[in-house]
Amino acid sequence: MSLLEIKNLHANIGDKVILRGINLTVNAGEIHAIMGPNGSGKSTLCQVLGGRDGFEVTEGSVQFDGMNLLEMATEDRANAGLLLGFQHPVEIPGVKNIYLLKESLNAQRKARGLGELDTFAFMKQVRELVKSMQMDDAFLHRGVNAGFSGGEKKRNEILQMLLLQPKLALLDETDSGLDIDALKIVSEGINRLRGTDRGIVLVTHYQRLLSYVEPDFVHILYKGQIIKSGDKSLALQLEAEGYEDILKAAS
Amino acid sequence: MSEQHEIEALVSRDYQYGFVTDIEQEIIPPGLNEDVVRLISAKKNEPEFLLQWRLDAYRHWLTMTPPTWAHVHYPPIDYQALSYYAAPKSASEQAEIDANRPKSLDEVDPKLLEMYEKLGIPLHERAALAGVAVDAVFDSVSVTTTFREKLAEVGVIFCSFSEAVHSHPELIKQYLGSVVPPGDNYYAALNSAVFSDGSFVFIPKGVRCPMELSTYFRINALNTGQFERTLIVAEEGAHVSYLEGCTAPQRDENQLHAAVVELVALDDATIKYSTVQNWYPGDEFGKGGIYNFVTKRGDARGNRSKITWTQVEAGSAITWKYPSCILRGDDSVGEFYSVAVSNNYQQVDSGTKMIHLGKRTRSTIVSKSISAGRSQNAYRGLVHIAKGADDARNYTQCDALLIGDRNGAHTFPYIESKNSSAQIEHEATTTKVSDDQIFYLKSRGITEENATNMIVNGFCKEVFNELPMEFAVEAQALLAVSLEGSVG
Ligand SMILES: Nc1ncnc2c1ncn2[C@@H]1O[C@H](COP(=O)(O)OP(=O)(O)OP(=O)(O)O)[C@@H](O)[C@H]1O
Ligand SMILES: [Mg+2]
Repeated sequence: MSLLEIKNLHANIGDKVILRGINLTVNAGEIHAIMGPNGSGKSTLCQVLGGRDGFEVTEGSVQFDGMNLLEMATEDRANAGLLLGFQHPVEIPGVKNIYLLKESLNAQRKARGLGELDTFAFMKQVRELVKSMQMDDAFLHRGVNAGFSGGEKKRNEILQMLLLQPKLALLDETDSGLDIDALKIVSEGINRLRGTDRGIVLVTHYQRLLSYVEPDFVHILYKGQIIKSGDKSLALQLEAEGYEDILKAAS
Repeated sequence: MSEQHEIEALVSRDYQYGFVTDIEQEIIPPGLNEDVVRLISAKKNEPEFLLQWRLDAYRHWLTMTPPTWAHVHYPPIDYQALSYYAAPKSASEQAEIDANRPKSLDEVDPKLLEMYEKLGIPLHERAALAGVAVDAVFDSVSVTTTFREKLAEVGVIFCSFSEAVHSHPELIKQYLGSVVPPGDNYYAALNSAVFSDGSFVFIPKGVRCPMELSTYFRINALNTGQFERTLIVAEEGAHVSYLEGCTAPQRDENQLHAAVVELVALDDATIKYSTVQNWYPGDEFGKGGIYNFVTKRGDARGNRSKITWTQVEAGSAITWKYPSCILRGDDSVGEFYSVAVSNNYQQVDSGTKMIHLGKRTRSTIVSKSISAGRSQNAYRGLVHIAKGADDARNYTQCDALLIGDRNGAHTFPYIESKNSSAQIEHEATTTKVSDDQIFYLKSRGITEENATNMIVNGFCKEVFNELPMEFAVEAQALLAVSLEGSVG
C-alpha cells in the first residue's frame, strides 16, 4: 500500500481554480521533489493536503496511509503522521517554542494511545535535537518563530519534524532563505528522517538541496498539474536549462 | 480643598448629581424607600449608627444619577422594580427547597458536571456547587470550624459582615466607608443603603494570616445576594491574601449586582485580593446575564504598605469595575493585574485608578483584555500623581488580544501628574489571533480549542503568575471554557 496517493485532485480558492488534476503516489521509503515556477500551485497542494480552510476540493481523492485524508481534520492528519513544513512559518508571540513542542508531541502520543512523555525524558530529547540543528537552547524559550530570522524559522520547522517523526513530511521550500551552512544542517536533519517506513516530499526551487537530499523522483508542477516526472537528473536538467523548453514541450 | 476632599473628588469624579426620585409612588416590596432601608437594618438587628449610615447613603443616592461615561450600553434599570430584602425562608419553605435538591451527583444535570470537570473544580466542591444537600457529601461545617479555629489562634477575624456588626461594632464603625464613602458613586451609594451581607476580615498587628482566606469557607456565602459588602483591614505589619469568587458559573435571579469592597492597609501591611468572576454572561445572543457594577478600592494608608488587586473577569453581561489604590503612605505600593475576557455580546469596562499621594509611591498596572464574538472590552485607567508625591513611579501595560473581527477593544488611559519628579511609563499593544496561527498549531496535532488556549494563556501569563497556584490553574480552564467556540 502506498503512503500517499493523490488522484486527479482539483482545488479552488473562491472562483480561482488552482489545482487542475494532480496525480502523485508516494511510497514508504521514497523521497519526491516537486519543482515548478512561482505561482504554479506547489504551496496550495501542501496546504490542501494539510487541511487548510479556504480551499475547496472540487474533484479527486487523497489516500494517506489507507485513510481518506480529505475527510480528516487538520489535527487528525498531523496525529496520523503527516507533517507540513511551512514556506512561511507564522510567528506566535507569547506561546513558547518549548510549549508548542511539548503540546504537539503529547497530542500525537495521545492519538496513538501513548501516555505523556515525562518532562525529563522530553527535555533530554529536545536538547539533543536543538544541538543537532545547531540552534541555541534560548530558542526554546522564545515565542514560536517570534522574531526569528528566515533561516532560524526553517531550522525550527525541521526541529519539530525530527521530534514528531512523521510518516510523511511535506516540506514547502524549507531550503529557501538558508545560508550555506544552514542548508547543510537542515539537509542532514531531513536525511535523518529518511527511512524505509517514511516518505518525504520536498518542494524546492533549487538543485542545491537535492544534492544533499537525493530524491528518488522529481516532478514539475505547472499551472496546477504535474506536467513531467523523472529521476534526480530532471532537477539537474532544470538547473542547467531552466523551465522554458519543458513548459513548451508540455503545452 | 482639603486633602480628604481632593481624594474624594478624584475617586468619585465623573459621577453626576442632581436627580431626585419621587419615592411616594411606590409601595414595598419590591421598591426602595426609607422604610425598606429601616426594615433591612431592623431585620438584621443593627445598631443605630449603622441604620443612620444606611439612611444617609440612601438620601445621598436619591440625589444621584447612574454614570453614563462607561463604554457600555443597557436599558435603564428600574430600581423601584427590584427587591431589596429577601426575607429569610420559613422552615417549611426551606424544607421544600431542601427536598427538591439533588440527593447526589447522579441527579445533577450532566452538562453542569461536564463544565465543572472542564474547569478542574475539585470533586468535593462540585457537589456543593451543584446544590446537592451538602451533608450528604462532606461535612462542610466541620471544615469551616477547623478553619476558623486556626485563624482565631492567631487573632484573625474572618466572618460575615452581619456577624461582625455584632461582634466587633467598634471596628465596623471605625473603618466602614472610610475607603469608599457612602456617596462615592451611584452604585456604591445604593449598596451602602441596602447591602445585604458580605465578609469582614481583620488581621491584627504583626500577624501573617496563616492561610489564604477564601469566600468558599465563609458560612452562607451563597446567600449574600446582590449587594455584597466586604471590608478587609490589615494592621501594622500584617499580611493577608484573600480569594473571592469561583470559576464555576454562577447564576442569580438578580440581574443587578453592585458590590463594594474596601481594603485598609496600615504601615508595612500587605493585602493581596484576588478575584475570579464568572457570573452568568447571558446567552450567545446577548440575552440575560448579570450586570456587575462593583466598587473596589484599597487604601494603602500606612507607610510601606502594599495592595495588590488581581482579577480574572470572565462572566457578566456588563462589567463596570475599577479596583483602585489610594497610595497614601510614603513608599506604599499599588498593583493591578487583570485579565478581562469577553465573548458573544458581553461588555466590559474595567481598569483601575492609582492615586499617588505619598512620597516614593509605586504602582504597576498590567491589563490584558481578550475580546471574542461581538463583545466590547474597554480598559479605563487613571494614574494621578499628587503635588506632594515626590519620586512616584507608575508602570502601565495594556494589551489587547482580538479573536475574530466583530469585536472591539478600547483603551482609555488618563494620566495626571502634578509633580515633575514622577516617572510614568505606558505601553500598549493590540494583537489579533490569526487563522494562520491557529492553522499552524493545528497542523502540529493540536485541536483548535487548545490552540486558542495556548495563545490566550501565553498572553495572560503575567497575570496568572500573580494568582495563587490553584486559582491560576482554574482561571486557565475558565478562559478556555469562556472562549469555547469563539474561533473559526
Ligand atoms: N488566498 C488566495 N487567494 C487568491 N489566490 C491565491 C490565494 N492563495 C494562492 N493563490 C494563487 O494561487 C496560485 C498558486 O499559489 P501557490 O502559493 O500555491 O504557488 P507556489 O507554486 O507555491 O509558488 P511559489 O513558488 O512562489 O511559492 C498563485 O497564482 C496565487 O496567487
Ligand atoms: Mg509556494
